[in-house]
Amino acid sequence: MDNVTLIEARDLSRRYGANTAVGGLNLTLRKGEILGLLGPNGAGKSTTLKMLAGCLAPSSGSVRINGIDIAEDPKAAKAHLGYLPEQPPVYPELTVNEYLRYAAGLHGVPAIERFAAVKRAKESCGLSDVAERLIGNLSKGYQQRVGIAQAIIHQPNVVILDEPTVGLDPNQIREIRALIATLGQQHSVILSSHILPEIQAVCGRVMIINKGRAVYNEAVDQTPRISSIILGLKRAPDAAALKNIAGVTQVQALPSGLLRLSVAADADPREVLADAAASNHWGLFELRAEGKTLEEVFVELTSGEITVHESPEKSLKEAA
Amino acid sequence: MSTPFSTISTIASAEARRIFVSPLAWAVLAVMQLIFGFVFINMLVDYARNASMSGQFMGVADYIGGGLYGFATIILLLVMPLLTMRMFSEERKSGTLTLLLSSPASLIEIVLGKFFGLFAFMLATIALLGLMPLTLLSGTHLDVGRIAAGLLGLLLMMMSFGAAGLFVSTLTKEPTIAAVGGFGLLLAVWLIQIVGNQPVPFAAFFSYLSLIGHFESLRRGIFNSADVIYYLLFTAFFLWLAVLRLDMERN
Repeated sequence: MDNVTLIEARDLSRRYGANTAVGGLNLTLRKGEILGLLGPNGAGKSTTLKMLAGCLAPSSGSVRINGIDIAEDPKAAKAHLGYLPEQPPVYPELTVNEYLRYAAGLHGVPAIERFAAVKRAKESCGLSDVAERLIGNLSKGYQQRVGIAQAIIHQPNVVILDEPTVGLDPNQIREIRALIATLGQQHSVILSSHILPEIQAVCGRVMIINKGRAVYNEAVDQTPRISSIILGLKRAPDAAALKNIAGVTQVQALPSGLLRLSVAADADPREVLADAAASNHWGLFELRAEGKTLEEVFVELTSGEITVHESPEKSLKEAA
Repeated sequence: MSTPFSTISTIASAEARRIFVSPLAWAVLAVMQLIFGFVFINMLVDYARNASMSGQFMGVADYIGGGLYGFATIILLLVMPLLTMRMFSEERKSGTLTLLLSSPASLIEIVLGKFFGLFAFMLATIALLGLMPLTLLSGTHLDVGRIAAGLLGLLLMMMSFGAAGLFVSTLTKEPTIAAVGGFGLLLAVWLIQIVGNQPVPFAAFFSYLSLIGHFESLRRGIFNSADVIYYLLFTAFFLWLAVLRLDMERN
């Protein structure tokens, strides 16, 4: 049951004239997952989410929500979806209650269950105190919450949130994050952001999009990949001796007297290093791995030249 | 799973509510009522003064009802684009259109929902226009059938105006442009009548297309199903165009 695939996007592309906003994107979301969509401004996050929510038809590729193709049976597919676009789709002239009742009806909540649905959504989004106020008179933070309440009112399997914390103050951001974490327990959530700590705080998996392509797709709590090792030796041998150890590619002396060893991808020579230090009496006093933080991964993957190398056909197409 | 009917009525009632909580609808109704009231009194006084020329050829329902409703078409031509301008362009501008597009409602249901929401406003206008001549019932015999035919004609005309305005509203995200465009489109269809009066090829065809020609007989109390069908087809055609336009936007 926990392994049900709720969103499956295959080879999703969207072109605007000669511009490719999203190209060949694959995405799967399983039940109970919170997926963070990360990327610099203009990377194609919102376009991707719009296509997943069925507001924008992809130029090619397909989206299946809970196994239903959104192009073939949009009504059935959208019934499993709740979507908060970048701009909360709220009517300023309605009160919170009126608006949520409307949203419930629109999403097919039967009339007799609407009252309960509105009440539940208000409670989970902290809107009970402002229920009778006009949405237009509420602060941006509350309007954002109304937008989220609208997206979860029909208890959809999949909740898609486009930059849910933008424009909120730090307290509101914490509340919204807590709300998203609770949502993730019963629903599957996709949220986009360009704020790294936010993704790390709430998401189980992160996907980095750059120039319309997915360049990274990993679980957040996975042990970070080792990029280098910091080694402290009282009686250090010359660099060549250290380089002979399997997995070590480069040795660099740091000003503090420590050494930084670059390691080959997927190698972990820490144990070998400790053994070698003990048997050769190098006087080991410090040994730790430096992992790549999400921020480093993000900068590496989204700073210009790497992606250009990665997708030569695309840059050719753009040039043409 | 919700039925098409329940989705349409949900959208329609929310739309009607939004129309009537906005000051625009009330301002429009108030100004219209002021103008209609002025014209009505004017005609009433006119009729009373020239009572001798009436009689078997021209009844009070004919003179006042017909005259008032003929005048009303011009006012409604100006007013309907103001009400339809918001329906899609404002929603697009404020981003609320996404709520409808991401909900499990089809484009046909969305367009029909909006149209029937607007229908509530049309009924309010018809009620105001109907009550004025009916006040005469206390003092005179009135040909209620003629009044009813005139009102039906006005309602059909408003439906056509509304559908055309709704379509123009799907074309842009600026409500003012939607209003100007809607007004222009209605006036153009209206003025085809002029082309029809000129000695040009297919003159009869042009004057048949015009919105105004079909109202004339209803205003005179002649219920011709061809006229009714003309307005219904006109309405359906523009609603269909609106659906097509929204579908194009998604792609």
